[in-house]
Amino acid sequence: MAEPLNLLWLQSGGCGGCTLSLLNAEQPNLVDRLADAGIRLLWHPSLSEASGDEALAVLAACAEGRERLDILCLEGSPMTGPHGSGRFHILAGTGRPMIHWLRELAGRARHVVAVGSCAAWGGINAVGGNPGGATGLQYDGETPGGLLGRDFRAGAGLPVINVAGCPIHPGWLLDTLLGIGLGRFGMDQLDAYRRPRLYTDHLVHHGCPRNEYYEFKASAGKASDQGCLMENLGCKGTQAHADCNMRLWNGSGSCLRGGYACIRCTEPGFEAPGHAFEQTPKLAGIPVGLPVDMPRAWFVALAALSKSATPKRVRDNAVSDHIVVPPASKAGAK
Amino acid sequence: MTRERRIVGPFNRVEGDLEVRLDIEDERIAAASISASLYRGFEAMLPGRPSEDALTIVPRICGICSVSQSIAAAAALRNLAGAAATRNGLLAECLVGACENLADHLTHFYLFFMPDFARPAYAGRPWYDEAAARFRAVEGTAARDVLPARAAFMHLMGLMAGKWPHTLSLRPGGSARPLAAGDVLQLVGLVRDFRRFLEQHLFGDRLEAVTGLAGLDDLARWRRAGGGDLRRFLAIADDLGLDRAGRAGDRFLSYGAYAGPDGRLWPAGVWRDGRVAGLDVEAVSEDVSHAWLEGGTLPPLLGRTVPDPDKPGAYTWCKAPRYRGEVVETGALARQMVAGQPLVRALVAERGGSVTARVLARLLELAAVVPVMEDWARAIEPGAPWCDALALPDDGEAVGLAEAARGSLGHWLVVRQGRIARYQVVAPTTWNFSPRDGAGTPGALEQALAGLAVPGGDLTPVQHVVRSFDPCMACTVH
Repeated sequence: MAEPLNLLWLQSGGCGGCTLSLLNAEQPNLVDRLADAGIRLLWHPSLSEASGDEALAVLAACAEGRERLDILCLEGSPMTGPHGSGRFHILAGTGRPMIHWLRELAGRARHVVAVGSCAAWGGINAVGGNPGGATGLQYDGETPGGLLGRDFRAGAGLPVINVAGCPIHPGWLLDTLLGIGLGRFGMDQLDAYRRPRLYTDHLVHHGCPRNEYYEFKASAGKASDQGCLMENLGCKGTQAHADCNMRLWNGSGSCLRGGYACIRCTEPGFEAPGHAFEQTPKLAGIPVGLPVDMPRAWFVALAALSKSATPKRVRDNAVSDHIVVPPASKAGAK
Repeated sequence: MTRERRIVGPFNRVEGDLEVRLDIEDERIAAASISASLYRGFEAMLPGRPSEDALTIVPRICGICSVSQSIAAAAALRNLAGAAATRNGLLAECLVGACENLADHLTHFYLFFMPDFARPAYAGRPWYDEAAARFRAVEGTAARDVLPARAAFMHLMGLMAGKWPHTLSLRPGGSARPLAAGDVLQLVGLVRDFRRFLEQHLFGDRLEAVTGLAGLDDLARWRRAGGGDLRRFLAIADDLGLDRAGRAGDRFLSYGAYAGPDGRLWPAGVWRDGRVAGLDVEAVSEDVSHAWLEGGTLPPLLGRTVPDPDKPGAYTWCKAPRYRGEVVETGALARQMVAGQPLVRALVAERGGSVTARVLARLLELAAVVPVMEDWARAIEPGAPWCDALALPDDGEAVGLAEAARGSLGHWLVVRQGRIARYQVVAPTTWNFSPRDGAGTPGALEQALAGLAVPGGDLTPVQHVVRSFDPCMACTVH
């Protein structure tokens, strides 16, 4: 049996929601999944017994190299404010800014994982001029750098692995950890923003149950309508890298299945769309943000064609909150 | 006399970062100072954004009370519009809110609170071996029972809210996720499945038998036979005297919970000096005398949040909310005191607020709400409207109130020219973990810790008292 992988989890400028989402892991549950990945939890702020001095002893042992640190997970943004001092988050019990702990521990870790968009890019904390000075571990928004700098590499040779999302899907992180545990996780597993391709080789659009409405540009006019949310209600599912409509959340869910737009929360800069989150900005009646890989002229031509070909069923159901016209059945087909 | 200063941090299993400073005299806590050590600045982020963007941004204050933040934001916008939500929309809000609150109660009890009884300090107590095997953090048998049950119950979120945390389905006009007739059947099934888990593992009895306990004699009789984790907790709590530990000021605040189409399940009010008075939202103010923030005491509608990290005498990022200038406690215990839950009232009448009372109130809410969820599910009318499109005015002021698992949550909103001009959040743990105010009066937890015995300097009792409030530090400062 291989040595267990020591995992240390820290939280800084965030809501704790990625940990809470992680507790939603099923079949197997979180505890068994960590065991399957060969992970030994050195300390987790929400889950471990150790508190106060007991927890600080674990951190000190890792920082001083007395305890092997295989995986450092950070949830929440490093907080650099005010004025670069990091005093917006002094790690309790230490009198020392968390950003100092993070730099020190990252230098000891074999892998560093940014859990959620806050830790990856700064995330929601960067709204409104970023009052707390939040940044990502190795990105500040879309710009490489962040707390650890663009050249940072963890002990095993990889840059920070950005399991971005607000929050993360439990599977995104647990599959990544399992991949690390099985020794099957290299640079080829990361996309251009160093997110695990196991969930970013897809778009949120893939598997969207509103796909028929999308095909015919049969659009919802208001929340609770069943139609496509792209044309009017701000949906960016055709531009967001994630498998939300394939992997599904809390059993059968996703943002689109919950009736609301994808806000592309796995992408850097999602928090500042330049318009109201749930309104689609348009130019001459055409949405400004078009599907990834789609030339504008083709989109316009196809949209015009499909709108003219929309079946009545699709058109009527799109602006209703329940099925008003079910799909036709051929009489006598039984 | 021996005196010492002890600092406990990072104080974990509290949802966020927390530092507890204790002055100890002769193995007893003389004074406590509670420090929330993280500032993000949501109240500074929101001004300038379109008012409806609050629905996207505000839930991200907190990963554990995310839906409560949604409900408060939707209520504030609904009140701004002076409009109402649809009947189905209110039922959805109750169901989704209850799912979060009950899952939080479960998470708190099994994953955050009970693991402290597995600490080696208790080895040798008659209940220790069983408690350690069942409740030890991560490794105990309870975690393997609870995690799948919690995740299965959370399928309600997948069905009704898209995902949890950080849904956008709850809106001023109702819910963006209409349920069809078949969806309602799934909903009924998963609530019943959760009931089975609670009855088998937590209560060892029918939920109705638990909610029917009318006083301390009933409870004593009920405890004599049967199993389940509530009976295990009560035995431990008696042995350790937790019904005499952690009393704060015994003034309790509730904004009233689960505002369905036919009124609230539990009323709003304030318990003080043995009676309930109506809630006066105007009586809420925030003092910043001991917070690293500029300014003085203001009502939230005029509130400011400007960091002053070098302020003398300050020791936390948390403001000090006061109700008519007084400290109040909020949470399940407060909700049930205000609602007149007989067992909770009896417990507090005899011993005052305590660790035992707070934990028991939470578990009684689990027993009480699940049957009501079954009623709410059956009241849904699939063909009826789910969400009205409300026109939000370009200018105005509004308040949105909610009850999160851990207590009263308020959003105060000012809109000018269609944009947020001010957004102030007073969260449950802002109340409970508040610092001293300008008069030097300590906050609720600070009061609850003062006088606590810590024999031999062992701070394990502090762990129980702090966690009995089910704190959420992410919300506290935001």
